[in-house]
Parts: sequence; structure tokens; C-alpha cells
Amino acid sequence: MEILTTIFIQPFFDMAADPILFLQVIWEGFVTGILYSLIALGFVLIFKASGVFNFAQGIMVVFAALTLVGLHENGIPAYIALPITILVMYALAFSVERLVLRPLVNQPDIILFMATIGVTFFLIGFGEFIFGGEPKMMITEELLLPYGSITFFDDMLILQEIDIAASGIAALALIFLALFLGKTKIGIALRAVADDNQAALSVGVSLNTIWVLVWFISGIIALITGIMWGAKSDVSFALSIIAFKALPVLILGGFTSVQGAIVGGLIIGIGEKIGEFYWGDLVGGSIESWLAYMIALVFLLFRPQGLFGEKIIERV
Amino acid sequence: MESKFGDYLLSVDHISLSFGGVKALKDISFGIREKEVFAIIGPNGAGKTSMLNVINGFYHPQEGEITYKGVHRKQMKSHDAAVHGIARTFQNVALFKGMSTLDNIMTGRIIHMKRNLFWQAIYLGPARKEEMANREYVEDIIDFLEIQAIRRTPVGRLPYGLQKRVELGRALAMEPDLLLLDEPMAGMNIEEKQDMCRFVLDVNDQYGTTIALIEHDMSVVMDISDKVVVLDYGEKLAEGTPDEIRGNQTVIDAYLGVTTAN
Repeated sequence: MEILTTIFIQPFFDMAADPILFLQVIWEGFVTGILYSLIALGFVLIFKASGVFNFAQGIMVVFAALTLVGLHENGIPAYIALPITILVMYALAFSVERLVLRPLVNQPDIILFMATIGVTFFLIGFGEFIFGGEPKMMITEELLLPYGSITFFDDMLILQEIDIAASGIAALALIFLALFLGKTKIGIALRAVADDNQAALSVGVSLNTIWVLVWFISGIIALITGIMWGAKSDVSFALSIIAFKALPVLILGGFTSVQGAIVGGLIIGIGEKIGEFYWGDLVGGSIESWLAYMIALVFLLFRPQGLFGEKIIERV
Repeated sequence: MESKFGDYLLSVDHISLSFGGVKALKDISFGIREKEVFAIIGPNGAGKTSMLNVINGFYHPQEGEITYKGVHRKQMKSHDAAVHGIARTFQNVALFKGMSTLDNIMTGRIIHMKRNLFWQAIYLGPARKEEMANREYVEDIIDFLEIQAIRRTPVGRLPYGLQKRVELGRALAMEPDLLLLDEPMAGMNIEEKQDMCRFVLDVNDQYGTTIALIEHDMSVVMDISDKVVVLDYGEKLAEGTPDEIRGNQTVIDAYLGVTTAN
């Protein structure tokens, strides 16, 4: 009986007993979650447009952040380094389309997936060759990102300013993308490409342009994520593993849904923080690293297509 | 039929196409006049669909030349073809299955959406006006094809005959000058075939669209076409009016499988 109480009742009492602390936990989860959403969105875009699960999404985050920091280390001021990094991400998108996607067009998805693993290792090698392998500090100050913190309720609730900026920028990016992909020509074209390549070609959609575009947008998303995440820890190759946190988000939200990526990211982010804080001690802590996958697994049992994913209907 | 320019809207000259060692098309030449209903017929594997694929740029022939609207090209690019008014339907319906009828037909308007990304992104002002105009055009097509009842239905759930009609609608939304129809009546019952015939002739009549179609139903072909070209094993057997084709001995032999001496 006692074990049931500690699992099912006590945590909720704890939440109610200290609502400000609860708020703090939710906030932490929200900040993490919105970054998960961004990463997941990078996956969703590429998956929609080319039907390929982009294994390189994680390393793109590191590569973008490394390029930015590396340029700055070589004496280029931040306001020039940032546009150059964006150009580099465009060059990357363009090269991937030309050298990887175009020659492999009409190949099975698994081949394309393997190709993105190839891109991953290329970027690891290339990044290390140019910028070295040791961790770097994100140039938070030079990018005019705020630091310090704001406190509420007699210092009980502490919000880091960088977190506020991160969620603000991420939210803006998400809103912009959602609008952009909703009603616009690109949005319709993207949905068309996602559905049937050949039919999309026949109505005048250029696959190559769409591919470059989605890889570029994913590159920009990677850059934003890299800056924000890098500011919270540091910029190193280990950062690329946060991309795997996008997997449960994708399972939850559906591989093809922009809204799904956003909502899924928030559920996972907040869910794992609350789980860690209120239930983690029961099993000795550190459940944050696997709780997301558990949530996703349970979810998968009930809705295999995800929260917003297109329902898989096939006539037999 | 007298063409406006007295010239061909599209002509192909000495087109040869092969995949590895397989020759799909051998030295094919013909011309399609403006406002004509042009039929490509022939037994299975004759290269009819390959020919359409060459015209709209899915396949790039190794030899020959394509002249469209007076411009000579070695090969079409599918994007160029669409932008310059070549629309098509597919033998095995290729619709966007997850989208509604309305959205499917709307994709035909993509090449007519001109507003820049900024306006599109915030979806205001000119972009909104443009979308209204596009929506209106699409609604007209829906009325024309008599598919009002299914506009919100995801096309994956529609019966085959209606899917073919939606596909025609998507092609029409592009405001094509040349409409390529790959077996528009395949798998339809008589009633559906009659409807489709009526739509094809009306499109030709009302919009002045030039139509090139592949069809196996000979009574349909002979009824609605102005000109017929016959392919067999990638070669052109004959070209002429339906009456000329009907009386052509080579064509009859090809269809009946008679081997001519040498």
C-alpha cells in the first residue's frame, strides 16, 4: 500500500505543497521542450520533402554552432560570422542536394538514410579538421543574448534570461515556419512532394528547389538550436546526441506533422522534467535520460501514427 | 481542323529513347496541331506512355528534337513543361492521396502563384487576393467536372472513376495549352467513359486546349480524335485521321498479331 502512495499520491501532494517550485519545474521543461520541438521540426521538414530520416540532423546542430564559434575565434566579429554561418548552411544544403540526393533519386528510402549517415561522418570529420575537436564556449555575449536571471516570488522562481531569449526565439521560429508551411506556395508544394514525387513534378514543382530549401531551413533550425543549446552547455560534438531526443518527440507528434513536432516537443520536455523531479528519486534518479522514450513507447501502443500524423489508410 | 498559326503546337522529330539495351522509342516523328484532339494508340508495350513521358520531360530521349510553341529543344524538363503549359494525367492515377479533392486541384495552381515569400509567409494583402483568385478558378473547375459533392473528401477514399476525374481537374487547374491524358478511360464503366468523353471534348471546345491522349478503347478513339498516330514496338506504324487508320492494313495486322512477310 505504501509503495502505491509514494508513486501515485505523494508526488501530487508535493506539487500542490509548493506550487512555485512546480512552476519552476514546468518552466525548465518548457525551455528544453521548445528546443526539442525545433530539432524535431528539422527532421519533419526533411522527412516530408524527401521521405528520408535525416541522421545528420544532430551533427548539423554541432556543425552550425562550431562554424559560428570557429569563425569568431579567428577574429571575425559576431555580426559578420552569423551571416557567413547562414551562407555555410546554405552551401551545405546545396551540396547535399547536388552530391547526395540528386544522384540517389528514386532509390529506396533505406539507401537515402544510409547516405545521411555518410553525411554525418563527413561533417564530423570535416568539422574536426577545420575547427578541432575540443569543446568551445558559445559566443553568447557577442550575439547580444542576455545573461543573468530574473527572479519572482522572493527569489523562489528563477528564470534565466538566456532561457527566456531561447524560448522567445524558438517560438518565433516555430510560428514563422508553421505559417510558412501552411498556406503558402512552398507549403502546398512541400505537401505535394511529400505525397507523390512524380505527380508533384507534373504540376511544375521543382523537386531540387524544394530539397535545397528544406535542407537549408533545417540548417537554420540547427543553427538556432546550436546557439541556444551551446549557450546552456558548450559547443562540442557530444551536443549531437540531443538530436536523439527528437526521436520520442517524432513518435509522439508524428513524422509528418509540424504541429506534432511542436506539441510533442513540449510534452516530452515538460514530461521528463516533472518525471525526473517528482518521481526520479523513487528509482534512484536520472530517469530523465530514458523517460522520454518510455512516454513515446506507451504512446506508440495507442496511436502508431502519432498525435497529428496522417492516418495510415490503405485499401486492401 | 484549321490551326490558328497553321503550324504545330508540338512536334517531335526523330525521337529515340532507350533504357540500357532496350529501345523504347525508335525514330518517332509526328506533330500535334493547336486545338486538336490527338490520339496515340498501339498494343501494350508500344511506347505510348514513354512518348508522353518524353513530351513532359520525365524521360530524356537520346536522339531527336522536340519543338514546342516554336522553341526547339533536345529534351523537355518537367518543370519547364509544366510552366509552359503542358499538363498531364497518369495511367495509374497519381494524386496526392492524403489531400482533399480541393487541395489536389489547388496544387495545379502552384505555377500560377507569383507572390513573393514575404507576403506569403504573413498571408496578407496581395497573397490573400491571389489565393482568392486561385480558389475561384479551382471552384470553376470543380463545377465543370461536377465533383462539388466530394470537394472535402480525401482523394484516397474516392472510387477509381472519380479519382481520374480529380486528376483531370488538377491538370486543368494549370490552365494548360497542351493536355496529355494517359488512358483517361481505363478501368471505367460505360457511363463513366461517356462522362469522361464529354469532359475531354468540352475542355477542347470551351478552353481551346490541345489534347494528346492514349486510349485503348477504339470506339472512343475513333469518335473523339481528329488525328491518330499508331505505335508498335517503339516504332511509328501509321498516322492519319481516324478513317485512314481504320482502313490501314499495317495497323490492322499489328492489332491482330499477323506477321507480315518481311
